[in-house]
Amino acid sequence: MEEQRYVVFLFPSVSYALKAEKILKVAGIAHKLIPVPRDISSDCGVCVRITEDKQQDVERELLGKVGWDKVLLL
Amino acid sequence: MPPDQLNHPIIYFDNAATSWPKPVGMMAAMINYNEQIGGSPGRSGHQRSLDAGRVILEAREALAELFGCDDSLRIAFTKNATEALNIALSGILNPGDHVITSSMEHNSVLRPLRYLESQGVQISIVSCSGDGRLDAEDVRAAIRPQTRMLVVTHASNVTGTIQPIAELGKIAGHHGIIFCVDAAQTAGALPIHVDEMAIDLLAFSGHKSLFGPQGTGGLYVREGLEKQLRPLMMGGTGSRSEFEGQPDFMPDKYESGTPNTIGIAGLGAGVRFVLAEGVEAIRSKEEMLTTRFLAGLAALPGVTVYGPPDAASRTSVVSFNIAGVSPSEAALEFDEHFGILCRPGLQCAPAAHRTIGTFSQGTIRFGFGYFNKDEEIDLALEAIQSLAGGGAPH
Repeated sequence: MEEQRYVVFLFPSVSYALKAEKILKVAGIAHKLIPVPRDISSDCGVCVRITEDKQQDVERELLGKVGWDKVLLL
Repeated sequence: MPPDQLNHPIIYFDNAATSWPKPVGMMAAMINYNEQIGGSPGRSGHQRSLDAGRVILEAREALAELFGCDDSLRIAFTKNATEALNIALSGILNPGDHVITSSMEHNSVLRPLRYLESQGVQISIVSCSGDGRLDAEDVRAAIRPQTRMLVVTHASNVTGTIQPIAELGKIAGHHGIIFCVDAAQTAGALPIHVDEMAIDLLAFSGHKSLFGPQGTGGLYVREGLEKQLRPLMMGGTGSRSEFEGQPDFMPDKYESGTPNTIGIAGLGAGVRFVLAEGVEAIRSKEEMLTTRFLAGLAALPGVTVYGPPDAASRTSVVSFNIAGVSPSEAALEFDEHFGILCRPGLQCAPAAHRTIGTFSQGTIRFGFGYFNKDEEIDLALEAIQSLAGGGAPH
């Protein structure tokens, strides 16, 4: 069985991550706020983790509402 | 304590200074933050820190809804409207720039402007009419090639006079001038729509008609303007920590250091209350109270009322004087013998008093709020009548 792959959306600050979280909650897309992995950034912030298959849905939901810095495969 | 102060229930008519009482939910939100959340928002990433961040986001979202703004991150929290105005003015204006303002401004606009003037900024103060009204055409006539900004109060804290903000926004937009509105007296009390009114910077107070605690306020910044707008303070923001330069994006650029999270929790609840009641309903009640008071005053000899004659042209603020009684004497009488709390003097707006002709003596100012009652207005009219009738010589 294939292992679940995740991507993370990185944001300028926690305010943006929390706004994204609210949008995804309303949209019903499963997500989790996790501390930014150390090998990605030394930021003391959080990022939004979603399953890889949902990346385009999430981008569509967030576009024009909250800007993100990048999307990375975990 | 003198017997009079024990016998009289308080009639709180100083809502223009700070609102009281607050809706029940305000304190509940602050207690909830303190007992169930704690945590430093945007810093530590643990569940309590995130919950604190969510409280702040919710407050931002409520304010964005109230001001007709579609991006809540356009709103930065400050400790009061004065701080927001200082960011707006000293953050934009450079020596050689020209700024236009009105003769009805509060010192929180005028004092920063006078300082900037000493540093080489040119100011034009457009005169308002005897009842405090600013004519948009007079503003248009004051525009020069170097005009960078127009800063105007939405409504006077002395006379309540409501300024033609939408018209001014059009004129500013047409000339490419940054339009800054001081909404300390109007956020929550009058409808404000930042896009329809073409407002670029909106400074608001959290503890007046938004029913938050003191220590809260904020600044709305139009998209893109943050590139030009310098912050007043710089420091830790919990973002981009690896960089030693200040973030250049909203809201972090203007939110250095730990925010007043417990206060913002209260402010969020206050704004939700305003949204639930509806600004129109709040406005309607305040206008009725003001109409009742103005009608009663008109029947009293020896009383001079300042500002527009109709309640529709003003917020629920009324400045007046009683012949033969100084404002401070009257305010003391009201406080000690009638339990009526108000503000005498110049109310931090000497320019407004010069405009209406009361600079030497000041005025008595009543500021009604959503929780005031008709009976309180009637009692106040009786109190004024007793002072006006048998006024003590000064």
